[in-house]
Amino acid sequence: MITLAHYMLLSAVLFAIGLFGVLSKKNAITVLVSTEIMLNAVNLNLIAINKYIGVDGFYGQLMALFVIAVAAAEVGVGLGIVISMYRNKETISLDEFNFLKW
Amino acid sequence: MVEFAMHNAWLIPLLPAISFAVIALLLWPWPKASSTFSILMILTSFVLAVAVVYGVYTQPELIEKSMVYSTRWFSMPGLRIDVGIMLDPTSAMMLWVVTLVASLVQIYSLGYMEGDPGFSSFYAYLSLFAASMLGLVLSSNLLQMFVFWELVGLCSYLLIGFWFYKDSAREAAKKAFITTRVGDFGLLIGLLSLQLIFGTLNIPELAEKAVNFQNYVSAGTLTLVLVVLFLGPIGKSGQFPLHVWLPDAMEGPTPVSALIHAATMVVAGVYLVGRILFLFKAVPTAMHVVAIIGGFTAFFAATIALTQTEMKRILAYSTISQLGYMMLALGAASLTASMFHLMTHAYFKALMFLGAGSVLHALHGKAHIHEMGGLYKKMPWTTWTFVIGALAIAGIPPLAGFWSKDEILLVVKEAAHEAPGIYTPLFWLALVTAFLTAFYMFRQVFTAFFGPEKPENHPHEAPWNMRLPLLILAFFSIVGGWVGLPWLEKGFGYWVRMGEFHHAEPDYVLMGVSVLVALAGIYLAYLMYLKKAIDPDKVAEKFGVLYKLSYNKYYIDEIYLWFNQMVVDGMGKILYWFDLYIVDGIVNGIGAITRGSGAVLRYTTTGNLQTYALVIFMVIVVITLYFAFGDASFASLFLGGGK
Repeated sequence: MITLAHYMLLSAVLFAIGLFGVLSKKNAITVLVSTEIMLNAVNLNLIAINKYIGVDGFYGQLMALFVIAVAAAEVGVGLGIVISMYRNKETISLDEFNFLKW
Repeated sequence: MVEFAMHNAWLIPLLPAISFAVIALLLWPWPKASSTFSILMILTSFVLAVAVVYGVYTQPELIEKSMVYSTRWFSMPGLRIDVGIMLDPTSAMMLWVVTLVASLVQIYSLGYMEGDPGFSSFYAYLSLFAASMLGLVLSSNLLQMFVFWELVGLCSYLLIGFWFYKDSAREAAKKAFITTRVGDFGLLIGLLSLQLIFGTLNIPELAEKAVNFQNYVSAGTLTLVLVVLFLGPIGKSGQFPLHVWLPDAMEGPTPVSALIHAATMVVAGVYLVGRILFLFKAVPTAMHVVAIIGGFTAFFAATIALTQTEMKRILAYSTISQLGYMMLALGAASLTASMFHLMTHAYFKALMFLGAGSVLHALHGKAHIHEMGGLYKKMPWTTWTFVIGALAIAGIPPLAGFWSKDEILLVVKEAAHEAPGIYTPLFWLALVTAFLTAFYMFRQVFTAFFGPEKPENHPHEAPWNMRLPLLILAFFSIVGGWVGLPWLEKGFGYWVRMGEFHHAEPDYVLMGVSVLVALAGIYLAYLMYLKKAIDPDKVAEKFGVLYKLSYNKYYIDEIYLWFNQMVVDGMGKILYWFDLYIVDGIVNGIGAITRGSGAVLRYTTTGNLQTYALVIFMVIVVITLYFAFGDASFASLFLGGGK
């Protein structure tokens, strides 16, 4: 019997993996991928809650669709930034990009 | 004419003020025109003043109740300041003295200041001074008086420093101004306190309220206020310990010394105390302070005058001494004696100053009496008028000084019946001072005018416009005291007084004693300086320390300098250090802390986005933990609501 807790646990694990990727990877593409993992963890959560809590309607699914759309747009923007970074510095390693440094 | 003058007394100060403005704006390129216009104006004032004196003379009711024309200057809730003119015998007498001396000095200056590059501005200043002094005399309100008080101080400053290309003149002007400002500060505090206590500064209203002042203030507080207020007169009238500026003020042109530093401005302090004498009468302690300061100053300045060698300085110390007499008379609660002496002193001291000016003029600025001698052959007019002045100040009857000085001795003697502990020593001090006065005056006369001739000097008699004032003043020095003869039924004391008129019997013993004292002083001077029976140098040696003290003016100036260097500059050093290290240290410290923390914290801005994200994540973890295990009310801060 799979309960809501299992889904949420999986979601938390996915989120943590994504967060770890975002915080520790040097490759900008990998960071973007990790972001997607985090977003998908959230989507999983939303849909699971929508199913198990059983409110009438499909708000969770709707939210998930929203998140997917926003994530697509965000990846578009993110890749654009990554490309412009590459044009500037001939690399996409994140620790080379410290323009905000003191 | 008399009616007109009485009702338009404000014209008296206004005319010289107009003269000042006109000279300063229009006439200054033409010295002759400036001086003529100025003299015309002051003479018109003089005529008006004479008319006022006559008008007051015909209205004895003014003695009890002054004629006051006043109008509102400004008012706000709880404060109303009037300005106006106040006519009574006292102010009428002052008007007469000031306009007379000012007119004569302006005529005298025609000769004395001839060819001076600042001739026109000199007349402008003299006019401004006359205007301010007359305004002070007529003031019906103490604040108005204070305004004019400061104005005469300003004119004094301008005129002492008139020859500003001389270092000494500049220094003297600054010294005069700053020293009197010290006193003026006390005066201002006193006036503010009076306004706070009585709610008015109009002199007639103050007089009414002073009768039962206990309704407003305790006697101790009023005493304190009056003593602080008395600092003003101490500064302006050159009383100890603020007397140091007056001898230095002799750096100005001699007519200025005669007008301002002998006859008019320096008596403003005496006049102010006289105007509010009813307050001093209400609290005897304040009166005693006035009497003690006055009596001590009289004696103190006379002892300095004994050994000075510059003609004008001797006269300056003599002025301080005589002002001390006036203060002593006020301290003995006698407006009459004080004002009487003020009037006669104005005559003979102005006369002697103008005489000294004539000598300086003839000798081209030689000031030391030992450099003079035998002047009586070449300058008979100057010499004999000067001798008249010296006799008058020494107190030889029937000249003016005798009557007024006797009056002072008499009132002090009478006051000694009331409070012997205070006034008896003062009486003897005053008597000794009379002896000293006669002595040092005739030391000067015998040395400068009758001593052996100095062949290197080629003195010449002064021109007519310098002689005329000398003659007129000599005349008044002789007869000026006769208005106050003790045998008169309604003499000076009947007119100028405060409170009940009591006709004192002539005190023949006192008269005899004071004449003897004066003659003794003159005789001693004669023995020492004319007959050479006693060698002055031996006397000086005998008195050793005392001579040195007197010759160096008791080192008061040095004490002030020392005080200034040690205490004031020392305080300055300490405060400077405090400012430099503590105050600036706090300010700079705040800056340094900011910069230092910035220097440390800037390493947190790595520019690495992932680091920032990690920090955000950590903080979220902390907040989450706090929500889980911490205080619920704190959580509500983040969740909104706060209920």
